Amino acid sequence: MDALDVARWQFGVTTVYHFLFVPLTIGLSVLVAILQTLWHRTGDEKYLKLTKFYGKLFLINFAMGVVTGIVQEFQFGMNWSDYSRFVGDIFGAPLAIEALVAFFLESTFIGLWIFGWDRLPARLHLASIWAAAIGTNLSAYFILAANSFMQNPVGYRYNPDTGRAELTDFVAVLTNKVALITFPHTIAGSFLVAGSLLVAVALWHLIRNRDSADTPAYRFAARFGSWVTLVAATAVVITGDIQGKIMTQVQPMKMAAAEGLYTTESPASFSVLTIGSLDGSRELFALKIPYLLSYLGTGDPNGTVQGINDLQARYSAQYGAGSYTPIIPVTYWSFRLMIGFGLAAAAIALLVLWTQRKGRTVPNSKWLLRAGLAMPILPLLANSFGWIFTEMGRQPWIVFGEMLTRDGVSRSVSLTEVLTSFTAFTLIYAVLAVIEVKLLIRYAKAGVPDVTPAPEPDDTDDAERPLAFAY
Amino acid sequence: MELTTIWFLLVAVLFTGYFILEGFDFGVGMLLPVLGRDDRERRVMINTIGPVWDGNEVWLITAGGAMFAAFPEWYATLFSGFYLPLLLILLALIARGVAFEYRHKRPEATWKRRWDNAIFYGSLVPAILWGVAFANILRGVPLDADHEYVGGLLNLLNPYALLGGATTAALFATHGAVFVALKTVGDIRSRAATLAVRLGIAAAILAVAFLSWTLTIRSSAAAVVLAVGAALALLGGLAAATVRREGWAFTGTATAIGLAVATLFAALFPNVLPSTLDPAGTLTATNAASTSYTLTIMTWVAVFFTPIVLAYQGWTYWVFRKRIGVAHIPQH
Repeated sequence: MDALDVARWQFGVTTVYHFLFVPLTIGLSVLVAILQTLWHRTGDEKYLKLTKFYGKLFLINFAMGVVTGIVQEFQFGMNWSDYSRFVGDIFGAPLAIEALVAFFLESTFIGLWIFGWDRLPARLHLASIWAAAIGTNLSAYFILAANSFMQNPVGYRYNPDTGRAELTDFVAVLTNKVALITFPHTIAGSFLVAGSLLVAVALWHLIRNRDSADTPAYRFAARFGSWVTLVAATAVVITGDIQGKIMTQVQPMKMAAAEGLYTTESPASFSVLTIGSLDGSRELFALKIPYLLSYLGTGDPNGTVQGINDLQARYSAQYGAGSYTPIIPVTYWSFRLMIGFGLAAAAIALLVLWTQRKGRTVPNSKWLLRAGLAMPILPLLANSFGWIFTEMGRQPWIVFGEMLTRDGVSRSVSLTEVLTSFTAFTLIYAVLAVIEVKLLIRYAKAGVPDVTPAPEPDDTDDAERPLAFAY
Repeated sequence: MELTTIWFLLVAVLFTGYFILEGFDFGVGMLLPVLGRDDRERRVMINTIGPVWDGNEVWLITAGGAMFAAFPEWYATLFSGFYLPLLLILLALIARGVAFEYRHKRPEATWKRRWDNAIFYGSLVPAILWGVAFANILRGVPLDADHEYVGGLLNLLNPYALLGGATTAALFATHGAVFVALKTVGDIRSRAATLAVRLGIAAAILAVAFLSWTLTIRSSAAAVVLAVGAALALLGGLAAATVRREGWAFTGTATAIGLAVATLFAALFPNVLPSTLDPAGTLTATNAASTSYTLTIMTWVAVFFTPIVLAYQGWTYWVFRKRIGVAHIPQH
């Protein structure tokens, strides 16, 4: 074990952890904004209750996303300083713009929204949650554009005098075809999580308390969340399909590694699962769908998909001797778990809609309850495995074709330092995860709040009235 | 003006803004156990910064991003070199940020006490360490010819840097006390004003010592003028605090912090991270910079978006301009 390994583990752990909170922030900010818009338009109290209820869950999650995000920006310089030197001319710009254009918008207006219930006119207060939601979604674009440069570097040239990659076309970086398709895929994946959370919480209340004054609110949330989940799942599939084809063009090794396809094949089949050696080099049993990998990679059922061995030989000739193959068991299984968990969430959403068809009451089923509670966890895992796949599938490169991961690590940081940092982050993140999940459950169980306004005291003056919300 | 100079100025402005704004957030956090006698008073204090602390912290994220984009070598050397202090700052900011949001989520006294501790240490640690870090930037650190940091942790804990840490902590505590006096009503307001004057005297002594020491290490005409301005602004702020002119007191401490940070940047220019070993290792605004193409694009983005950000962030302070007191804190 050396500093490089620990730095990689730290990046993996802190990034996957950060991205447990990001999808909910992205998706739920918009869904809460929609709920509040419905209340604003109709005056129906159930929408206000849902806005406040899901708004609370959103904020418990939001805080974690914010604080774990700062680590991400610092980490490039702390652990990956040679990477930062090499790509800073290109990679720094989207990060700085993300902060200036998106993070300010998000955090300023979230503050206005949290504390502004009684300080802002209703329209401005509604606009605040929309501004925060727009900020959040914009931030995703800039950071994905930066990440896409690592997958498919464009708009730059290597300057041998300075030994670094230099920006030549910023528009090309922002319109990288990988970024253009990764953005909708990530956003759709985020709505999959947010929609599922809406359903899970509402379903729990519908089954536990079968007839209360708030049943109409939960029924709405369950149906609305299910539709969001289904639409998001469809979008995930469509964008994922396009993304697979672009990935096959720009990072053929990643597609080969997704299947564990060693020899070039046309047509190539897709294995749903394989039993045998972990890296798929020897298989005892495989459940295969013919033509599917060719279709996923090229759009043509008979298309040629290049194999790992041929690509390895080609890259060795091009970049010099060395291994250019990712860890196949990781890419193979993360790819399947991503798809499997995502589809499972969509299936449950369909089931929830079916149980409520034509105004029926939700059946008192233990299985439905369990499925519902599993719902938000499934797409969250799908998101995690998607990121693990896309980042591990790029290895051994940190910038595909330009810089190896091992060359990007900080030379001045010792093993002790990076171990200290990795241990500290893992511990504090573990403690905070327990606290966060307990709080989410507590507030989810508490149910929608009472929103009847407190009676106006007749003699106290306005200046003494308690705030509508306070920390 | 050279693009690299413009970006040196912009990074300086972003850090200055960060320390003015998050300076009082840190101060409020550090004074939580001192000024907040019971849970309600502590809630009053937290709620003075509740709506704005997150937006204030984005100044740091933007400063870091701007440094990465405009001066990648500076960002890379500084962040990998100042590894353990930055790690502690990150851990502190994590605990503190979560604490604001989670503290009121459960009624138990133990729960609240733990988060109060997170807010206190989460404010105190960065308030000290930012001073230590910026003092070391100004003093210079051991860099080899490849601009790699070759000193250890102890190298960063020199007397000058420790004085820098004490100075920022005292300045931010004073700034926070003045802010609490400005934003509250009732008993806590007068206690905050009294405390602000006491802390302010200590901060003024530390700041004068630190800035004088700074000017003996490296200096320029501008740095001298700014340092004198910082000292005068702080004294003016203290005088205003003594006569309970809280708006002017706050203007004074904010200006003092701004001018003190500006002093450091003015003394540093055109270097961004001097080397105490090999002079070839010194990073300057020129040799640490990105290409002029990148700087040009970033300049346009900054010119267009910065006024918008300043406008809506300023408006937020206007929306939450009312003072609060214990009577305003709801039961839940």
